[in-house]
Amino acid sequence: MLEIEIDGKKLTVPGGSTVMDAAHSVGVHIPHFCYHKKLSIAANCRMCLVQVEKAPKPLPACATPVTDGMKVHTHSDMAVTAQKGVMEFLLINHPLDCPICDQGGECQLQDLAVGYGGSASRYEEEKRVVPNKNLGPLISTDMTRCIHCSRCVRFTEEIAGYQELGMPGRGEHTEVMTFIGKTVDSEISGNVIDLCPVGALTSKPFRYSARAWELSRRKSVSPHDGLGANLVVQVKDHRVKRVLPLENEAINECWIADRDRFSYEALNSEERLTKPLIKQGGVWQEADWQSALEYVVHGLKDIIANHGADSIAAVATEQATLEELYLLKQLFAGLGSQNVETRLRAADFGLKTQGATWLGQSIVDFVGSDAVLVVGSTLRKEQPLIAQRLRQAVKKGAKLAIVNSHGDDLLTTLAGELIVRPDQLVEGVLAVIKAVTEARGVAAPAHIDLAGVEVTDAARAVAAVFEGKDKTSIALGNLAQQNPRYAELHAAAAALAELVGAKLGVFAAAANSVGAQLAGATGAGNVFAQPKKAYVLLNTEVEFDTANGAEALAAVQQADMVVALGSFGSCALEHADVILPVSPFSETSGTFVNVEGKPQSFNGVVRPLGETRPAWKVFRVLGNLLGLENFGFNSSEEVRDLVLAGDVAAKLSNAAVAPVAVKAQAASGVVRLGEVPIYQLDMLTRRAPALQATADALAASQLKANAATLAKLGLAHGGNAQVKQGAGVATLAVALDAGLADDVVRVAANLPATRALGALTAAIEVTQA
Amino acid sequence: MTVYVKGVVFEGVDFDDPNSWKIDAYIKRGGYAALKKILQEGITQDAIIAEMKASALRGRGGAGFPTGLKWSFMPRSFPGQKYLVCNTDEGEPGTFKDLDIIVNNPHALIEGMIIGGFAMGISVGYNYIHGEVFEAYQRFEAALEEARAAGFLGERILGTDFSFQLHGHHGYGAYICGEETALLESLEGKKGQPRFKPPFPASFGLYGKPTTINNTETFASVPYIIREGGQKFLELGKPNNGGTKLFSVSGHVNRPGNYEIPLGTPFSELLEMCGGMRGGKKLKAVIPGGSSAPVLPADIMMQCTMDYDSIAKAGSMLGSGAVIVMDETTCMVKALERLSYFYFEESCGQCTPCREGTGWLYRVVHRIEHGQGRAEDLDLLLSVGANIAGRTICALGDAAVMPVQGMLKHFRAEFEHHIEHKNCVAPGY
Repeated sequence: MLEIEIDGKKLTVPGGSTVMDAAHSVGVHIPHFCYHKKLSIAANCRMCLVQVEKAPKPLPACATPVTDGMKVHTHSDMAVTAQKGVMEFLLINHPLDCPICDQGGECQLQDLAVGYGGSASRYEEEKRVVPNKNLGPLISTDMTRCIHCSRCVRFTEEIAGYQELGMPGRGEHTEVMTFIGKTVDSEISGNVIDLCPVGALTSKPFRYSARAWELSRRKSVSPHDGLGANLVVQVKDHRVKRVLPLENEAINECWIADRDRFSYEALNSEERLTKPLIKQGGVWQEADWQSALEYVVHGLKDIIANHGADSIAAVATEQATLEELYLLKQLFAGLGSQNVETRLRAADFGLKTQGATWLGQSIVDFVGSDAVLVVGSTLRKEQPLIAQRLRQAVKKGAKLAIVNSHGDDLLTTLAGELIVRPDQLVEGVLAVIKAVTEARGVAAPAHIDLAGVEVTDAARAVAAVFEGKDKTSIALGNLAQQNPRYAELHAAAAALAELVGAKLGVFAAAANSVGAQLAGATGAGNVFAQPKKAYVLLNTEVEFDTANGAEALAAVQQADMVVALGSFGSCALEHADVILPVSPFSETSGTFVNVEGKPQSFNGVVRPLGETRPAWKVFRVLGNLLGLENFGFNSSEEVRDLVLAGDVAAKLSNAAVAPVAVKAQAASGVVRLGEVPIYQLDMLTRRAPALQATADALAASQLKANAATLAKLGLAHGGNAQVKQGAGVATLAVALDAGLADDVVRVAANLPATRALGALTAAIEVTQA
Repeated sequence: MTVYVKGVVFEGVDFDDPNSWKIDAYIKRGGYAALKKILQEGITQDAIIAEMKASALRGRGGAGFPTGLKWSFMPRSFPGQKYLVCNTDEGEPGTFKDLDIIVNNPHALIEGMIIGGFAMGISVGYNYIHGEVFEAYQRFEAALEEARAAGFLGERILGTDFSFQLHGHHGYGAYICGEETALLESLEGKKGQPRFKPPFPASFGLYGKPTTINNTETFASVPYIIREGGQKFLELGKPNNGGTKLFSVSGHVNRPGNYEIPLGTPFSELLEMCGGMRGGKKLKAVIPGGSSAPVLPADIMMQCTMDYDSIAKAGSMLGSGAVIVMDETTCMVKALERLSYFYFEESCGQCTPCREGTGWLYRVVHRIEHGQGRAEDLDLLLSVGANIAGRTICALGDAAVMPVQGMLKHFRAEFEHHIEHKNCVAPGY
């Protein structure tokens, strides 16, 4: 510890601290632009110059290490003169177009100019003008305003993992730009908007739609992936105008993914439903809530009376709140049905665990592991911010390995990489287990049969990441959870974890995947395989939210009654009988339980649109209309407190109820690698125009295969192909993906072009088109 | 034209002989004897560094930092890779001495670097050569091949356990790459812009490893010091200013060129060696140490001796030893405009005061030169300069300001005349 003095305050700070760190620790603010706690030190803006006794010239606080006995003056004449000098330089070429700048009112340059700028400029020459750049559909540029702090450049390189922005040119000709002809395509790119201290990088969808001071700031939680990123939702006139991160070091740090930031566009979509609708004689009629709810109650009662309680089923996506899912499950229990399911993209329901599957530890502990193996995951797209945190962990020395069905670049260094066919993920993990048993001279548990398993060098490299490491973790991604042999895959991963002393975790695909299990809204399995007479769909578009859209659509189309509760009408209009407009996350109170088992409750940030109602209230009324007991909840908090009564942690477990026997199987023929594209995850992302214009979204509908497979199928990169599964057919553009195993055809699911296709991991016919 | 007077760096070089740069000629004039002496007589690393300290050799790149002291900073016991880097990115306007060393006596540099590598326990060296002198780069590579073939460079040098690899690297001509940390960035393949210090290259240099960087002339002086002894080198010059120094004399003299003379030689003698003022004109001013050094008027300059201490006392700096001589026809406003444009153009743009301030300085000087100056402009120049100097990551900001300060200190009246009369006092204009 070092003893120093800042502005007369004595303090002790750990060795290696900078003057900036030390000042922060005692609440002394030093003006700065380029410094950011999550980025490397650049020391280029020079705004944080301070006086250090015995130093002949002012020193940058961000880059000056503290030495014992150092005396720092942050507001002395020398310091302030230097800071004002820098401010003058920053302003001479800044356009000072604050009245028409989106950053106006929340601009660091504007704020600091009040304290350090002059009231008139001594610079009378022409100001610099810098051409704007096309960074893609999310980030708007006004590069003339850029003060060259390089935060955005450092973000893309250090946090997002790939330097999509750079600063070519010298002196006054220095400009922030992309590679020629490229845009910024990172899945977490929007954070550069927050990082930019001026109005050079602003939000394209938000541009010119409100001034910062007109917006109310309300806390919320991201409804997309299972991280549960904390949000500040900014609203004006009961409309969501913008979404920003709410800093939470334990969860999202100071970042959010682009999905979290830009999906709000869907909340204001033209497709929003505002009134209950009932289909009468094949024609949609607007109805009042009372009539619509009575219609539902009578319909369900009739079907149960005629066909039994097992003839009805409810499905919901894991983006629904804990409260909604609990009440839906209670409603069905009251009607005598256990047919409630949220695992709509799963293909194997055989796994039974002792509790809700989760990360197995906190997010901070997980990314603090010395070695991590991720099995079956398009990690950057499934869990953008966990991928980012693992990237930082690798930089600090952690080993990261994958067993996966594709070699997508994680923009970090992998210590081991085993790529297998999607129907051979189990065998991939078995190969790693066998490598471990050979290397350590230990035996695998009895239910793991290693006969016929071939150990490759890649499997050995994956196994080796655990060598000599104390804190190790294994996590199963979405591709693993959607695998038709998920129970075996889970058992194999658990066995590997046991062998190497790792913690087993299951990534949460959606905001409330863990909460859905705690609410009991799982267990029915695939309710579309054996079609039911009636379906209740909560926030579910069956073609886009299920593993086998064709099968699910056929099931609801043949049903006698379909009740669709959702915020959007477009899909349900085709096959539902009654549509009840319910609130998206922004218009209801509720709770999401994130991947680390942390319940995060939130309030509605705007009032429900039109006659839209929060779904938990709709279920409560339905319960009352059906005369069910225990539906007298006065608030969503009462529901939450009931569901989460006791110790939540005790309800989480990745341990199987009984050992699942695992045995290697052979696989052959052309197999589909189906996955959910990043911006098809849920109803909101699908309807966010800016997200749909990103490179990720545009590339999603390509068919991809490696060179050998393309050749074998007679396809060429840039051409077209026709694919067929069952009765479903799609024509897709073809692209080369060198990271795939032979005979693997990567065709994304839940897209308009591919929704008619069948199972995610299954045989697929491919022909030239 | 290169004139050899009392040489260390150019000792025995025959500038008229096209083969004088070659290894045979170099060995004939005593080359590689120092290296052999070290390796065969078992001279220790400490003894070499002590000899360097005794020589009072100061860095010839411009900063004048004592070389022996710098060598002693290298953590010799550091277990990983360490690097030795030669800075031949000679970009300071007026300076053209390192080019002559590489072309005319490359083996002195190579031998100096090998000795440096031995003294600091370094196995890999790079020579970063300015991008606009490709022939010099080729000459250096040819010399490297000769040294490797003769067993002076590479694995197990002269049959000992000492190995040293040396590589040439040519830049692309950016002035900023002569700043040692920008040079390292560029050498790593990145955009050449300075790193903030600390950490210094001795602890975090090339690829993050301990690195020692010296100027070409510094390294080329090493063989002489080892062969003849530090004391003898020191005695060539004067106390604290050991040895000889190359001066690149340009401007209004009859015989511009490189002059290797003992430090401490009076400027008047140097001027005589250069054949005096061109056309018999009167000396007006001298920039004694490269374009960033403050200008000195003739009367002060004629009292100076050419060494670090004397020039510093006169209010300027010896810098890289580029002596820019200006006669009475020179317009100091025009001269400053040209200098300020250089720094404006060569600022890397990384940090605010230099990126924004160098352009501002240039534009103000430009408007004075073009008859649009205002009375308050001279104070504005000094004020802007004060906001740049000492506030930047590297010394380029200071380098841009010093010419302005020097000109206004000694020739303010001429600037005022320009502003008031919109014309020039210098007869040439």
